[in-house]
Amino acid sequence: MQKKFSIEVDCANCAAKIENAVKQLPGVKNVSVSFMAQKMLLEAEDAQFSAVLKEAVKTAKKIEPDFEIEL
Amino acid sequence: MTKKQKKTLRRILLAVVLSLCVFLAATFLELPWFLQLALWLVPYLVIGHDVLKKAVLGIKNGEVFDENFLMAIATVGAMACGEYGEGVAVMLFYQVGELFQSYAVGKSRRSIAALMDIRPDSANLENSDGNLSAVDPEEVAVGSVIVVRPGEKVPIDGRVLSGESSLNTAALTGESRPRTVRPGEEVISGCVNGDGLLRIETTKPYGESTVAKILELVENSSLKKAKVENFITKFARYYTPAVCFAALALAVLPPLVLGGGWVTWLLRALTFLVISCPCAVVIAIPLTFFGGIGGASRCGILVKGGNYLEALAHTGVAVFDKTGTLTKGVFAVTRLSPAPGVSEDDLLHTAALAESYSSHPISKSLREAAPDASGEVCDVQEIAGHGVKALVNGRTVLAGNAKLMEQSGVEFTPEEGAGTVVYVARDGEFLGAVLISDEEKPTARKAIAALKAQGVRTVMLTGDAPAVAEKVAEGLGLDEVHAGLLPADKVQWVETLLNSKPAGKNLTFVGDGINDAPVLMRADVGIAMGALGSDAAIEAADVVLMDDDPAKLVTAMGIARKCMAIAYENIVFALVVKALFLLLGALGIANMWWAVFADVGVMVLAVLNATRMLQVKE
Repeated sequence: MQKKFSIEVDCANCAAKIENAVKQLPGVKNVSVSFMAQKMLLEAEDAQFSAVLKEAVKTAKKIEPDFEIEL
Repeated sequence: MTKKQKKTLRRILLAVVLSLCVFLAATFLELPWFLQLALWLVPYLVIGHDVLKKAVLGIKNGEVFDENFLMAIATVGAMACGEYGEGVAVMLFYQVGELFQSYAVGKSRRSIAALMDIRPDSANLENSDGNLSAVDPEEVAVGSVIVVRPGEKVPIDGRVLSGESSLNTAALTGESRPRTVRPGEEVISGCVNGDGLLRIETTKPYGESTVAKILELVENSSLKKAKVENFITKFARYYTPAVCFAALALAVLPPLVLGGGWVTWLLRALTFLVISCPCAVVIAIPLTFFGGIGGASRCGILVKGGNYLEALAHTGVAVFDKTGTLTKGVFAVTRLSPAPGVSEDDLLHTAALAESYSSHPISKSLREAAPDASGEVCDVQEIAGHGVKALVNGRTVLAGNAKLMEQSGVEFTPEEGAGTVVYVARDGEFLGAVLISDEEKPTARKAIAALKAQGVRTVMLTGDAPAVAEKVAEGLGLDEVHAGLLPADKVQWVETLLNSKPAGKNLTFVGDGINDAPVLMRADVGIAMGALGSDAAIEAADVVLMDDDPAKLVTAMGIARKCMAIAYENIVFALVVKALFLLLGALGIANMWWAVFADVGVMVLAVLNATRMLQVKE
């Protein structure tokens, strides 16, 4: 399953770092964070999607405390 | 400005005022060092507390070596060396730079959103009692009746039930000529209604309507990144630790080797750190691509990702489909060759009348060419594979191909041309020939010439007969033509061309989206044109031209090249300036003030350069 989220991220470098870090997470098939569009695209297996998403948000917040996501 | 930006601005102003006060106090009063430090700490914390907090959090989370860390260590270091004013100033300028960047990015984000301002706010749904109610377009069921008032956007794809109006498709296609719609005709969402009131029966839900598809495509485009963009993020990952270690070496090695001067070298190392901040490049490159994609969509060119923009800039082979791409795909009378003593009107009218009961596309184009032909037509006989025989105003008229003329023993002058020739005879006497062909698009010739001028090899692949295809290719000035192809043959040819293209160059295929999906996928860049309403083409293509203009390929390539040029300009400019200042900083020629200007200045210039991408000439 692939899903797109509206996010709030303040700097381009953080967006890139979040993308790299989330990509490393187990269960993540693909992820793309666009600083310009303020969007995140996450792809994972349907069954574990919500768990993966939770982990992704946790990782993102760790990198950028100001990271916000519309779920 | 957003709330966050306003807050930052207030903090900057407050810090400036506080710094001035402290500066004056420190200059005119003889203060002991600890009191000076305490006073300078006030503006420093006002402006830098969030950076310090993020730096600490970063270290705690194992995310060392980011901008915040660089700034925190540089300013804390400067303060520790007794350079209080410099420490505050560096933090202040860093925040000014961040504010500017966030403002510039927000502005381009909004201007691109405005370019794509095609999202309808509401739909006027007609209830069973005839009253209208404004509802969310997503709530309108297929088959409902909606009303679009003058000046409103068509919210959902549908068919006109009543009313006549001209639609402005500029937001979708970049084409300013309005399109007239009448009852029974299809309308696509995203167009702006002219001065008529339209009642429309919806044929699709909002989510599958053109407007929703396009918006999704544009939103997703920044998620597909160009190689250059990825290169920059990778680069930043190695670059920041590298400069941190270089700074550490700069602080420790020279004093050890030369002996002493610890404070001097520490300050140089801190200056080095401030200069090295990679934010200019990291922000400018995605901004350039975002601007490029936005600027292209204003011209009616939808690019599905930065990677395709990059590929498009290196087009070496342009492959075209014929019908519907380079030619209009509509048959029309293109030449009249009356026999001596016969008028053109007589020839055309006679032919149109004789063919007036036929449903063949050729007959249709004859009737369209002579809408005012009138006369008595009876005894119509269709002779399959040959043409028609009819009584027009009491005289026997034959209209058809050369075989029909030969069979009936009419002496005729053979006509040559790319298309279908209709010979006309009346009472056994030859009247002349009418050439009916698919017209080339008005901009096709110019587009091919422009491509060839840029050294692009132009190829046409078509399912049409070789004789016709070669005439068209010759007229347009194409380099190569391969005719009589089935869809599978087209894929084969694209494979062959892909294998023979020059290294580092890409193959672009332009088709009208009908039966082209496999080729669109196979090509390096697949471009579908005239895609308004064609879902399959929007899905399969990498670039979608919203109108039917082949010259848009040239425009798209121009935008792509400009985008790449700006991206490289920014990378080279930022890295060269940084390298220069790093050297000056290490040698002790550039001090902390220079460092801040180098960092913030480069970023501002790079961002301004990137915003040039938003101004795209049509």
